[in-house]
Amino acid sequence: MADLSTTFLGIKSPNPFWLASAPPTDREVNVTRAFRAGWGGVVWKTLGAEGPPIVNVNGPRYGAIHGADRRLLGFNNIELITDRPLQLNLQEIKAVKKAWPDRAVVVSLMVPCDEESWKAILKVVEETECDGVELNFGCPHGMSERGMGSAVGQVPEYIEMVARWCKQHTRMPVIVKLTPNITDIRYPARAAKQGGADAVSLINTVSSIVSIDLDRMAPNPTIDGKGSHGGYCGPAVKPIALNMVAEIARDPETRGLPISGIGGVTTWRDAAEFIALGCGTVQVCTAAMTYGFKVVEELKAGLSNWMDGKGYRSIEDFRGLAAPNVTDWRYLNLNYVTKAVIDQDLCIQCGRCHIACEDTSHQAIAATVDGRRMFVVKDEECVGCNLCIEVCPVEGCITMQPLAAGAIDPRTGLRVEPGYANWTTHPNNPMAQVAAE
Amino acid sequence: MSANRTAAGWASGRLSTAELAANFSDLHPPLDRHEAHVEADRCYFCFDAPCQSACPTSIDVPLFIRQIQADDPIGSADTILRANVFGGMCARVCPTATLCEEACVRNAAEGKPVKIGLLQRYATDVAFDRGRQPFTRAPATGRRIAVVGAGPAGLACAHKLAELGHDVTVFEVRPKLGGLNEYGIASYKAPDDFAQREVAFVLSIGGIAVEGDKRLGQDFTLADLRRKFDAVFLGLGLGGVNRLGLPGDDALEGVMDAVEWIATLRQTADKSQLPVGRRVVVIGGGMTAVDAAVQARRLGAEEVTIAYRRGLEAMKASLYERQLAQTNGVLIRTWAMPVELLGDNGRVTGITFERTAEVDGKLLGAGECFTLAADMVMCAVGQVLVPSDLGGEELPALKGGRIVVDDERRTSLPGVWAGGDCVAGGKDLTVAAVEDGKQAALSINRALMGVLAAAAE
Repeated sequence: MADLSTTFLGIKSPNPFWLASAPPTDREVNVTRAFRAGWGGVVWKTLGAEGPPIVNVNGPRYGAIHGADRRLLGFNNIELITDRPLQLNLQEIKAVKKAWPDRAVVVSLMVPCDEESWKAILKVVEETECDGVELNFGCPHGMSERGMGSAVGQVPEYIEMVARWCKQHTRMPVIVKLTPNITDIRYPARAAKQGGADAVSLINTVSSIVSIDLDRMAPNPTIDGKGSHGGYCGPAVKPIALNMVAEIARDPETRGLPISGIGGVTTWRDAAEFIALGCGTVQVCTAAMTYGFKVVEELKAGLSNWMDGKGYRSIEDFRGLAAPNVTDWRYLNLNYVTKAVIDQDLCIQCGRCHIACEDTSHQAIAATVDGRRMFVVKDEECVGCNLCIEVCPVEGCITMQPLAAGAIDPRTGLRVEPGYANWTTHPNNPMAQVAAE
Repeated sequence: MSANRTAAGWASGRLSTAELAANFSDLHPPLDRHEAHVEADRCYFCFDAPCQSACPTSIDVPLFIRQIQADDPIGSADTILRANVFGGMCARVCPTATLCEEACVRNAAEGKPVKIGLLQRYATDVAFDRGRQPFTRAPATGRRIAVVGAGPAGLACAHKLAELGHDVTVFEVRPKLGGLNEYGIASYKAPDDFAQREVAFVLSIGGIAVEGDKRLGQDFTLADLRRKFDAVFLGLGLGGVNRLGLPGDDALEGVMDAVEWIATLRQTADKSQLPVGRRVVVIGGGMTAVDAAVQARRLGAEEVTIAYRRGLEAMKASLYERQLAQTNGVLIRTWAMPVELLGDNGRVTGITFERTAEVDGKLLGAGECFTLAADMVMCAVGQVLVPSDLGGEELPALKGGRIVVDDERRTSLPGVWAGGDCVAGGKDLTVAAVEDGKQAALSINRALMGVLAAAAE
C-alpha cells in the first residue's frame, strides 16, 4: 500500500490532505472532528490582530452555482476572518496541537500591513507550538477594503516586505497564500520567494458575483437588498488553480519553491493532479463544506489505490512529474496531426458531436451514412480540435488518433512530417523569418 | 375488510372506499419540480432527436425538456401544446415505451430512457394550473367548417382551424366532449376529471361552437354539412364493436362489451357502486383488454384472465401494458380461442376455449379445450366503423371498413377530410388522432385560403 505521508517545510502529516483556512477550521470542536475523520492537517481559520473581534454580516454569507441534481459546482462567500477572540483561538490551537501531535497545524494570519502588527501576532502564535504560519494575502472581499488580504496580495512589493518581516520575527515556516485576482501569478510568487517565504499556497478565492436574484434585482447572497462581491471556490475554480500552480512550478525564478495546492480539490484525482504539478500538500475546503469531513476517506483511499496501480510508493514518487510537460504554445509540436475517431459500438447516436461541429466548428462529422442515422468523422475536414470528444456524453466513444509520420493528411493533402517542429521555426512565423535572416 | 370482498357472482363494494380511492388514483404520480429538474438534466438535447421523430405529432422533445431544465415550464408547455394541443392527455396515455421513450438514446447508453411522458406532464400541468393560453386566433377568415365528433381528432382539428381564424362547429352525440379521452381511457390514467379540463382549455381559444346531442345520419346528413359549410372533418371514431360470434354473447347476462364497461366505469364517480364479477375473463389482446382487465382487478375481482388467441408478441398491448396487467394480478393466457359460452339461468358461468396453433401463418384450432369459470366475460376484440354513422347516401371510399384518406387526410369526397380511429391505416392512438386532426386542419386551410395559407404555415 502506498505511503501517503508528507513532509512539507519540515511539517509532517500522515497524508497530504489539509483543510484550508476557512469555517471548517475555525474552532477546536471542528478541527478535532476533522482529525478524528482522518485529515492530515489543518490551516487554522485566519486570525486577526488583538482587539475587538471581527464582525460578520448577520444575513447570508454563501452563494453557489449548481449542476445537475443541485450538485454544487461553484461556491462563494463573503465571510471575514475569524470573529472569535484571539486568545480563545490561541488556546484552542495549542490544545489541538498537543492532542494531535502527528497532524499538521498551520495558522493563517492577517493583520494590518505594518511590521509591529506582524511581529506581535507571530510572537503569540509561536507560543501555541503550531507547525507554521500562512499569510493570508488572498481574501478578495471585506478585509481587502481595509488594506488587508488581497489588497496586500495584489502588490508584489508588499508581499515581499511582509514575508521578510515574518521571516525575521519567527522561527516558524512561513507560507504565503496567493490571491488569483491578479494578472500574472508569477510576480506575487517571485515576491514571496524574494521576501524569504518558505512556500506559497494557492489559490485563494476568485472575486465573484455568483448570481443575481432577479426578483430582488440584487447579487446573491443578498443582505437586505444589497450584495457584495465574494470569493469564489469549489470545483469550478480548479482549472484556474492548476494553471497558476503550473506557472509557478515552471517559472525559472520560482521553480522548486514548495507549493501547497488549493482550489476545487473534490476527489483524489484532483489532489493527484495538483501533486503531479509539484504541490507538496493540497488544501480542501468546499468539498468538506458540501459533504462533511468524511470525504477524506475517499480522498485517501482513492489516491492510495491509484498510486498502487501506478507503482508509486510515496507522494514524492510522482510529485511534479507533470510540471515539465507544461510549456508555452509556441513549443507545441505542429507535426502532431490527429483525427477524431468515433467508436460506432459505443455511439448512442445522440448527434451532439455532429451539431456542435456542424454549427460551430469545421463541418467534419456526417450525420447520415447511406441515408441511415450514423455519425462519422470526415477526415478531410477534421482539424482534430477535440470539441466532439468534449460534448460526447459517452466517455471513450470518440478518441483522438494521431496520424503516423509519412501518412497524408486528407485535410491538407500534406504528408505528416516525422519529428518535432514548432511555431518558432514555422515558415509562417514572421519572427522565425527574422531570426533566419 | 369489505364484506363483499369474496362474494360470488356480481357484487359492488368488494373493496373499501380507501382501497378504491388508491386503486383509481394516478397510475404514475406526477413529478414534482425537483424531480422534473433532475430528470430533465438527463436529456442530451440530441441533434435531430429520435424522440421527436418518433412522436406522431413531432413535439420538439429536446427543446421542451431543456425549457423544464431551465425552469421555464410555461415555455416548455407552449412548445408541447403548439405541436399537440392534447399534450396534457398524451403525456398520460401515450404508449411512450413504444414511441418517444423507445427512441431515446439513453436506451442505448444505459437502458433507461428519459421519462419524457412524465416531463411532458409536469410542464403541461404547470401551464394548466396557471391558466396559460398559448394561442391567439388569426384574423377571422369568414370560413366555416363542420367537425363531426369531439374526440381528440375532431377537437384537434377544430382547435387548429380556430387558431387559423376559421369558425368551427363541432357536432357530438355523447353528453360529454372528449371522445375516448373521456370515455375510453382507464380511470387511473387520467383522474381528477382531466379530460374535461383539457377540453375546456381546447375550446377556450374561441371560435368553436358545439352542437351537442347531434348524430350524423340521424339528425343531419353529410350532404347537409357539405352544403352548409366550407369544409367538413369527420372524426367519428368507431361506433361499433366486434362480437364473439358465439351463441349467448348477446343474451347471457354477464357477457358484455369491454369498451362500454370502461366508459361506464369512467362515468361512475363512486366506484363502490359499480358491480364486478368475482371471476372475470377478458377476450382480446389490445389496450382495451388490458384496461378492462386491470380495472376489474382494481375494482376487486378475485380472478381476472386475459385470453388471447395468438402469442404474446402478436398482442397489440405493449410490453409495458402487459406488465401492468401482470403486476396487477391479471393472468394472460395465450393461444386460446373462445368456442362456447356456458350459462345457467340466463347468466354466464364460464367460457370454453380451444387451444390454437399457427400453421403456415394460419391460426388453427388444436382440438384440445379447457374451460374457465366466469361470472363476467368482457369482449375486447376490436371496434368497427358503423356505416350508418357516416350519414348519407354518398359515402367516402372505405377500405377494411374504415375511411380512406390521403397524406393530407382528404377523403374521396371533395371538401371532406377525416382522421382518428375512423380512418384506414390508423394507429388507434390518441396522439395519432391529434396529428390527423392537425394535418387535416392545415390541409383545409390550404384548400380554403390558397397559396397564401401554405406560405404562412
